[in-house]
Amino acid sequence: MANTKHDVIIIGAGVVGCMVARLLSRFKLDVLLIEKDSDIGMGASSANTAIVHAGYDPKPGTLKAEMNVAGNRMYDQLAGELNFPFERRGDYVVAIGAEEFVKLEGLRQQGLENGVPGMVIIDGADVRRREPNINPDVSGALWASTGGICDPFAVAVAAAENAVVNGVTLLTDTAFQDFIMEGTRIVGVRTNRGDFRSRWVVNSAGLYSDVVMHKAGLRPEFKITPRKGEYYVFDKAEITINNVLFPVPSATSKGILVTTTVHGNTIIGPNALEIEDKEDRSITRVGMDEIWQGALSLIPSLSLRYSIAEFAGLRPGGNAPCANPNVKYDKDFIIEIPKQVEGLVNLGGIESPGLTSSPAIAVRVVELLKDAGEKLEEKPEWNPIRRARPRFRDMLPVEQKLLIESHPSYGRIICRCENVTEGEIIAEIHAPVPARTYDAVKRRTWLGTGRCQGGFDTARVVEILARELGVSPLEVSKKGKGSEFLVRPTKEKEAEQC
Amino acid sequence: MLKEKYDVIVIGAGPAGLAAAIEAKKTGAQDVLVIERAQELGGILQQCIHNGFGLQILKRDLPGPAYAQRFIDELAGLHIDTLLDAMALNVTSGRHVSATSRWSGFVDLDTRALVLAMGCRERTRAQIALPGTRPAGVFTAGTAQRFVNIEGYMPGKRFVILGSGDIGMIMARRLTFEGAKVERVLEIMPFLTGLTRNYVQCLMDYDIPLQLRHTVKRIIGNDRVEAIESVQIDEQRQPIPGTEEIIPCDTLLLSVGLIPENELSRKAGVSLDPVTGGPFVDEKMQTNVPGIFAAGNVVHVYDLVDWVTQAGWLCGRNAAEYAISERKRHGRRVKMKAGDNVRYIVPHTLDKESLAESVQRLQMRVTLPIEEPVWVEVMNGEERVTRKAELYVRPGEMVNIDIPQSAYDAVQRASELSVRVIKRQGG
Repeated sequence: MANTKHDVIIIGAGVVGCMVARLLSRFKLDVLLIEKDSDIGMGASSANTAIVHAGYDPKPGTLKAEMNVAGNRMYDQLAGELNFPFERRGDYVVAIGAEEFVKLEGLRQQGLENGVPGMVIIDGADVRRREPNINPDVSGALWASTGGICDPFAVAVAAAENAVVNGVTLLTDTAFQDFIMEGTRIVGVRTNRGDFRSRWVVNSAGLYSDVVMHKAGLRPEFKITPRKGEYYVFDKAEITINNVLFPVPSATSKGILVTTTVHGNTIIGPNALEIEDKEDRSITRVGMDEIWQGALSLIPSLSLRYSIAEFAGLRPGGNAPCANPNVKYDKDFIIEIPKQVEGLVNLGGIESPGLTSSPAIAVRVVELLKDAGEKLEEKPEWNPIRRARPRFRDMLPVEQKLLIESHPSYGRIICRCENVTEGEIIAEIHAPVPARTYDAVKRRTWLGTGRCQGGFDTARVVEILARELGVSPLEVSKKGKGSEFLVRPTKEKEAEQC
Repeated sequence: MLKEKYDVIVIGAGPAGLAAAIEAKKTGAQDVLVIERAQELGGILQQCIHNGFGLQILKRDLPGPAYAQRFIDELAGLHIDTLLDAMALNVTSGRHVSATSRWSGFVDLDTRALVLAMGCRERTRAQIALPGTRPAGVFTAGTAQRFVNIEGYMPGKRFVILGSGDIGMIMARRLTFEGAKVERVLEIMPFLTGLTRNYVQCLMDYDIPLQLRHTVKRIIGNDRVEAIESVQIDEQRQPIPGTEEIIPCDTLLLSVGLIPENELSRKAGVSLDPVTGGPFVDEKMQTNVPGIFAAGNVVHVYDLVDWVTQAGWLCGRNAAEYAISERKRHGRRVKMKAGDNVRYIVPHTLDKESLAESVQRLQMRVTLPIEEPVWVEVMNGEERVTRKAELYVRPGEMVNIDIPQSAYDAVQRASELSVRVIKRQGG
């Protein structure tokens, strides 16, 4: 594959890279999507609050504000075409005490400037009626009816699958090392798996977008500072908060939420800690205490006893000034075709609301390519629909019965907490964007996310992965090379094998 | 071949479930079914290849699989149905059970008495909120035990074990046998949480150090565990600064407690004790839902399997007695069935003895109008119990018929009575 010439190479298969790939697959282009990890969407795209933001948060006039509101509007059609879980259930910014209540109007005005429809400020009694578990000192809330929740990894993988089915080539375990330049023109990329040539390169490298653009000599002052956010996940049988509850935001962050998810679990988080290490997704005692205190100020009745998981994600926060000189803001998105080099679409600092913005960013990338004179000719055979595969736990008993009759492997439950079947796992291993590790199966099927956290399923999934991939169980890993579960056969097994 | 209705269904074929099924059958339950999610009977005993089972009730020291085998053999001789490699998906308070497997497909079953014997599960890393990274190489002791003893693979070379529970200590010895190095067992409490005999036989005999009042402060390593940082804690369970130690290892095993597994119990409306995590039970091991019983680690976590077996026996006996009395109670009742041109009948069932007290009136509506003389007939199969003449019937007008006390004997012979409305031809 090396040295064949592509039209476009996309660096990084997070939700932004996948959305760009999917939209480019609509045109007569040879597109290559490369990803350094063993799976798509392993960075910020799979560890965040899973919210499709309404758009009242970003500062008016910024790219963040524009992309947020535009992206939000696209989600209904997108969810319909790509069949990922999405619920436009609205969100609340909850004010505790009189002082915070005053700030809600400012937030509403900001939303109006950004073009957010369907916002209203409600009083404390109304909030209590809608969310009985709320802090009794609640003084009111901004209700934004266009806020939504989704499964963010499902968004990314659905877009990637649709892209692959429409002809995009996806290469995982393929890490960008450098650009191949001819003068000021980028003509390809160098990777750990060889050189790939192309007319265009899209930088959607997320946490590493600064490193990538520096390799092209661009924006030397631009720096991604990872901002860690930690979360608790609660047992859905014990705690159900059915709303999306934000606190009144601070200058640096949208604050610690208490929110529901499309999987039915309540989650709390994130905090916001700036760090240097782009791979440090460790959970800290201090961080956990911080989000716990934050969550209690919204829902005092929460109990840690029912926490079933903790995780941390890194937001790829940048330091790019807003392109509009009249707007004072220095953490804006970068979406540009820079003049200094040719052949690069440069994206950077796509942190929250990046998930919401991703479909709008993809549209902007296409517009930029057109402006640069790229003749984008539509493929008549392009199929925008990605069909969902069966989800056993969401089916009625009568549907389950029929499914098992035609496909008996859907009758074998592998994850007892989330009722994930062998059939679903096999389908994901052989999907257009295949799951090849335990975590990849987990992100796609949601197995191992319940109370026992994989205690029951791990050994069984290792066995299924080994069988379906035709490898030894010793080669099956949690999240790619170096994270294998098993180290060698036992003495008894070795004797058997001899 | 599965039956549609059982006297006793047992969910789970570990020691509690096996004992309950055996005892239920011996007590006189006619049809008994055991549903088990593994491919063989015996539950977690199959991976407990160490000795120490049976000293109390069998007066013998057996490994887990041998202990289980005694009950599996006994069960096999009793004609008890089994559904293996199958998961019970739902249980209702009316004792309707849905289960699924590759072999049986999706099955719906009813039972007169139900025994919950799902056992327990291990507490996880998340439940004790262990800080640090999330690499491969963090396992519960039971998961590691399954890998080693069932699948035949070692999950690491260099281990630290958190928690002095029995499974953790037993695994420390097992892993040492396999040539792995167990660096340390850390216990947050100031005392051993497992059995003393396991401490002596599994740790002391192999020079594996146990550190009380110690815990894991964080896990280190992105892809695979590279080390853990341990720390000593004070009386308030707060880390003591300066006592941190980095222990290089590739695997952390957690033996930090067990929790009864009650997802199904909850679905059936069974009330759970927040302290034990298991159902509230009476002296018969019956839950708050009549006819639903529970036994073994699903109720509370036991120390010895022998006591689990005993609880299973008690539970199985009572479940069988409940089923037998249900059967008798139902045996006294006769079902009413809508026959030709009858849409429904109220009451739906009748106690056969009720005719000894008084005449019994049936009320019904017809499906279609018949504008000529008809018979309303109560039938037991081809035998007519009683009948009544009407000049016509119309769906808008309710029809009544009384079963006279003189029909007492005829009704005793029936399990079902049908009512039909037919034209009075020539009669």
